[in-house]
Amino acid sequence: MNTRQQSKLIYSWYGKPLNSDRKLRTSQYKGILITSESSKTETCIQLGDFILVEGVNADQPYVAQLVDLYEDGAQHKRAVVQWFCRLEEIPQNKWKLLKREISAQEVFFDQVLGYDTDIAAETIIKSIMVLPLHLGEELPIITLNKEQTFYVRQSWDGKCFKVLSPDTFSKLKEANKKRGVITNSSKAFIPSDILTPVKKETESVVRSATKPKNADMEIESKHSTSKSSLAKERHSQRVANNDIKTPTARKKLELNSPTRSKGRLLGCEVLGLLDDDCDAVAPLEPSTPKRKVKFTGEILGSPPKIPCSNDKSKSTSETAEHRQRCSDTIRLSPFTKIKDFSEKDRNLHEKDDNLSLVGYQKQSSQIPVLTPRSRRTCAQKTSALIAEQISMLDQEDFLSDSDSSYSSSSEEEEDDDDDVPCTPEKKTKSSRIFSTPKSSRKSAVHTPAKTLKKTPLQGTPRTPRTPRNATPEIPRRIQAAQEPGSVLEEARLRLHVSAIPESLPCREEEFQDIYNFVESKLIDGTGGCMYISGVPGTGKTATVHEVIRCLQQAAENEELPPFQFVEINGMKLTDPHQAYVQILEFLTGQKVTATHAAVLLAKLFSTPGPKRKTTVLIVDELDLLWTRKQNVMYNLFDWPTQKHSKLIILAIANTMDLPERIMMNRVASRLGLTRMSFQPYTYKQLQQIVLSRLKGVKAFEEDAVQLVSRKVAALSGDARRCLDICRRATEICEFTQQKRTPEIVRMAHVTEAIDEMFSSPYVNAIRNASLHEQIFLKAILAEFRRAGVEEATLQQIYHHYVALCRVEGLQSPTVSEVMAICSRLGACRLLLVEASSKYLHMRVRLNLSQDDVMYALREE
Amino acid sequence: HRHLLELLKRTTVHGESNSALIIGPRGSGKTALLNHVLKDLREMKQVRENLLEKPFLPGLLQTNDKVALKEITRQLQLENVVGDKVFGSFAENLAFLLEALRKGDRSSSCPILFVLDEFDLFVHHKNQTLLYNLFDISQSAQTPVTVIGLTCRQDILELLEKRVKSRFSHRQIYLMNSFDFKQYIKIFKKQLSLPAEFPDESFAQKWNNNVQHLSEDKTVQDVLQNLFHHTKDLRSLHLLLMLAVSAVTVHHPLLTAADLQEASRQHSTDSKANIVHGLSVLEICLIIAMKHLNEVYDGEPFNFQMVYNEFQKFIQRKAHSMYNFEKPVVMKAFEHLLQLELVQPLERPSVRAQREYLLMKLLLDSSQIMDALQLYPNCPTDVKQWAASSLSWL
Repeated sequence: MNTRQQSKLIYSWYGKPLNSDRKLRTSQYKGILITSESSKTETCIQLGDFILVEGVNADQPYVAQLVDLYEDGAQHKRAVVQWFCRLEEIPQNKWKLLKREISAQEVFFDQVLGYDTDIAAETIIKSIMVLPLHLGEELPIITLNKEQTFYVRQSWDGKCFKVLSPDTFSKLKEANKKRGVITNSSKAFIPSDILTPVKKETESVVRSATKPKNADMEIESKHSTSKSSLAKERHSQRVANNDIKTPTARKKLELNSPTRSKGRLLGCEVLGLLDDDCDAVAPLEPSTPKRKVKFTGEILGSPPKIPCSNDKSKSTSETAEHRQRCSDTIRLSPFTKIKDFSEKDRNLHEKDDNLSLVGYQKQSSQIPVLTPRSRRTCAQKTSALIAEQISMLDQEDFLSDSDSSYSSSSEEEEDDDDDVPCTPEKKTKSSRIFSTPKSSRKSAVHTPAKTLKKTPLQGTPRTPRTPRNATPEIPRRIQAAQEPGSVLEEARLRLHVSAIPESLPCREEEFQDIYNFVESKLIDGTGGCMYISGVPGTGKTATVHEVIRCLQQAAENEELPPFQFVEINGMKLTDPHQAYVQILEFLTGQKVTATHAAVLLAKLFSTPGPKRKTTVLIVDELDLLWTRKQNVMYNLFDWPTQKHSKLIILAIANTMDLPERIMMNRVASRLGLTRMSFQPYTYKQLQQIVLSRLKGVKAFEEDAVQLVSRKVAALSGDARRCLDICRRATEICEFTQQKRTPEIVRMAHVTEAIDEMFSSPYVNAIRNASLHEQIFLKAILAEFRRAGVEEATLQQIYHHYVALCRVEGLQSPTVSEVMAICSRLGACRLLLVEASSKYLHMRVRLNLSQDDVMYALREE
Repeated sequence: HRHLLELLKRTTVHGESNSALIIGPRGSGKTALLNHVLKDLREMKQVRENLLEKPFLPGLLQTNDKVALKEITRQLQLENVVGDKVFGSFAENLAFLLEALRKGDRSSSCPILFVLDEFDLFVHHKNQTLLYNLFDISQSAQTPVTVIGLTCRQDILELLEKRVKSRFSHRQIYLMNSFDFKQYIKIFKKQLSLPAEFPDESFAQKWNNNVQHLSEDKTVQDVLQNLFHHTKDLRSLHLLLMLAVSAVTVHHPLLTAADLQEASRQHSTDSKANIVHGLSVLEICLIIAMKHLNEVYDGEPFNFQMVYNEFQKFIQRKAHSMYNFEKPVVMKAFEHLLQLELVQPLERPSVRAQREYLLMKLLLDSSQIMDALQLYPNCPTDVKQWAASSLSWL
């Protein structure tokens, strides 16, 4: 995406308008020319071509076939397309319908009706190949440009997969053929100033190849959790080499890729790699020596992976055992799954390294011969060569690791070295390399868990290293959590606030309102805001989540268009601007800075995304997103009002009048008038909530529940509080019952729990204070009464205090002691005191009413 | 104790999330209780002992949430997941930790105990983000956590923001020093006695007998009673005993009642009055002058010039007994008092105000001055008389 932005692209029509509609003032064209200013290349895309279209995620452009091109009345260039969808675009729960492995390059003929097929021509990135295949057919081995070739086997209509109808199949085939014709014969009718457009095109493709290829790799890495980190790394790399695509970056990625391809990495992938290499070499031939050096570096970077695999291969049988041992000390991560891969995979990876090397060498020798016109034939030659390579590799499989045929160049020796299994020398080397930060970036990205697992095995104290964005995990507990034994325990479990009830009683109305609101917006495909307010513990968040859950279910059942769900919580953000970052990360998985995220989001929501789903955004604790300029709130509420945003915002906060109180007019007006306020629960509702949670468990007396709910309803109507009290009551009950048979929670227990939670601590604290502290409090009271003001200096109190001590017949204390007493009471916040540097002139105030103090002191 | 033990046990055994506050005045044994409970727990559930992780966060060190988060990460040993990555921004850290905690669920993750010492200081962090998140986790189906806060502030709940408060489970355990004097004596004995495994058995026997004897002694009981009336904090008892025991030497092997009395005297001396003992006669005179000014003007502030005038009046009357000091000399003495903080300026000294006219306040009470004068060695009788007289011009 960055590269695209940097090299400005100019879109112009190719040829004359085919026909124009006077009434609609549109004119149709048969092709479009994309001119890149920086690289001086021109690409011609014609009707029927397959194209990549800019999508939500920059790394994953959409695939489509160009159906129509026209210019509308407002001089906007428009295009009508037939979509293809990638596997990722299909809901995960439908994947199982396929009943087969899907290659990264496979797409589906899209027959979902909801998508907008009319797009802006400027979103077209470039043309690609889409080959129709029959269901049983294997992916063809010979490919030209792997990263721009996709295969179609089936169609997807939003519910199920179907085999391509012969009609579409032939159409697609035809489109391909046509394209082939065009490309072959293009020279004949393309103006002479553009030399060999095909070649140019491929070259430009090479320039920008990182993008689609990245997309491919994205697919490969879809199981790995380090996906986002990869994307980020790539992103940074792309930024780093804007104009000159140094192959290093690409090499890095390629080295990474083998590990991620899981088992089903087959010849096709390898070929792809080779092909990439050859592509990369073509434009950069002069710099080959330098590249060689670089490449060596890359290989140096890879050893940590290889020794691991060697270890693995040596001890495949022990794997399970290792894992067990390791799990004691090291947290298990999702990577354990990968660990199950057998040594075969590992070997395959090694092979990949070798192979890409070889391929690169052979190719580099070939390339000078390569002329633009013989591109095709050359590709064929290449593929033939590759086929040879593969057969060679097969032989190598049977032979041992020493492949003497390669030992001509130094880097291959290096490689060979690594292939020798587990010599001590190598171990040290690998660990040395391991500790260099440079290699860690490359190798650690995908093997964190594995390296961690190896640590005890190799016995060398290594610093465990993992990707930047590894998801941490709390260690597993060794024993399973004990299941509740008694009725009371069961009740307690259900009463815990975290326990998710099957339904939300007493919020049916609000639920329905919110549901209807979101549903209608979803169906219309428009945006909107809703503001939800209510005191804490009235079930706002729970209700909204319930709504979302129902909607998701409905979407799964095809009753509603699918949507994306994003949640942010003002309290969980350190800074209001972080909201952007989180939203963007949820939506696309990119991780950028706050300001950049804001820009990207604004772009995302303001431009018409062709296949974008509606987004439902929940903003919890909205008031914390307040900033001085309120730009975060402004943006949030501005997006839904935009025409193409398809954004529904549900904002949650405590105060009912938040929009009026803290928001500027322009923000409040954008928030709109769809408000909803959650009333505090009444005692009946609270009772119902508790009873519904306790359904089937006989642990509480009816009256006890009623008492709790009445008490809480009178105070706050906070359901959390109510549940907590009940929970505490079960504890008290359990505590008292021990000697007798199990019993249920009675009034007495509940009263005790309530007293515990609502009792004022002050009176108790005063009663337990020491004698002098009590006298001091009395002195304060006396002084207050004398002066008639609820504040006194320590000096004044001191006089009273000494007098009181004399009355009590106690030794009169010194000022230092009085200071000590005063500060103690101040620490308990029975008194409010000033800073003690003022000494005798320190002002003292009571933190509770005089009556309370008197009451507490009189009892003695 | 029981309550807390049960609570923690449930967290470990059932993976239930909880939150509680232990509230009690200083020196009431909050931390001791917690440590004791944890010790019990470890003994009871040896199998699970290694399950319980315990980030301990003293509020005085964790001055803001950022530091606290780093500390949590460090203590949870999550940083080895982070690797050698330099800790990113605060936002990243928070997201990281939340992610970590969100991953777990009730049955499979290891329960975590968060101990927040000086809980009241966490309340002052911006937005109470950390507390909100901790309590929120404890209220949702994520990794089981127990959040225990230790504080001495009785009004802690009023400091919590309402949404944080709503998430807190309102379990408060109040610790009070509710023992009476008999128990106090017992504690005294226990603290002082030598344990059975003391190597020199005969001496231990002798010492313990002595302690028993001491505890029945009238003067000792008076001393203890006095202290007990002042404060029930056991730390001050320890301090007193420490002072007394430090008097024990080879030649003076056993603790006596006199030692304790002396210690108690030291313990309760007035610091400011002690400073007065070290002053020169001139400075004492100035303080007396100030005292008179305070009496005449009923505690209104004064300046140097007023004090000097008062002093001059005294000198004129008693010229035979006092040397007439120059004004700069008196000024110097006055500034010395200022440095000793016996006198305090009302406002910051500014460049423009003349030092003579800066308004001051005396930080001593008249009773303190009189007490100090009684003890002051070689005090001229005239000065004493002047101080005692209720009318300054006599």
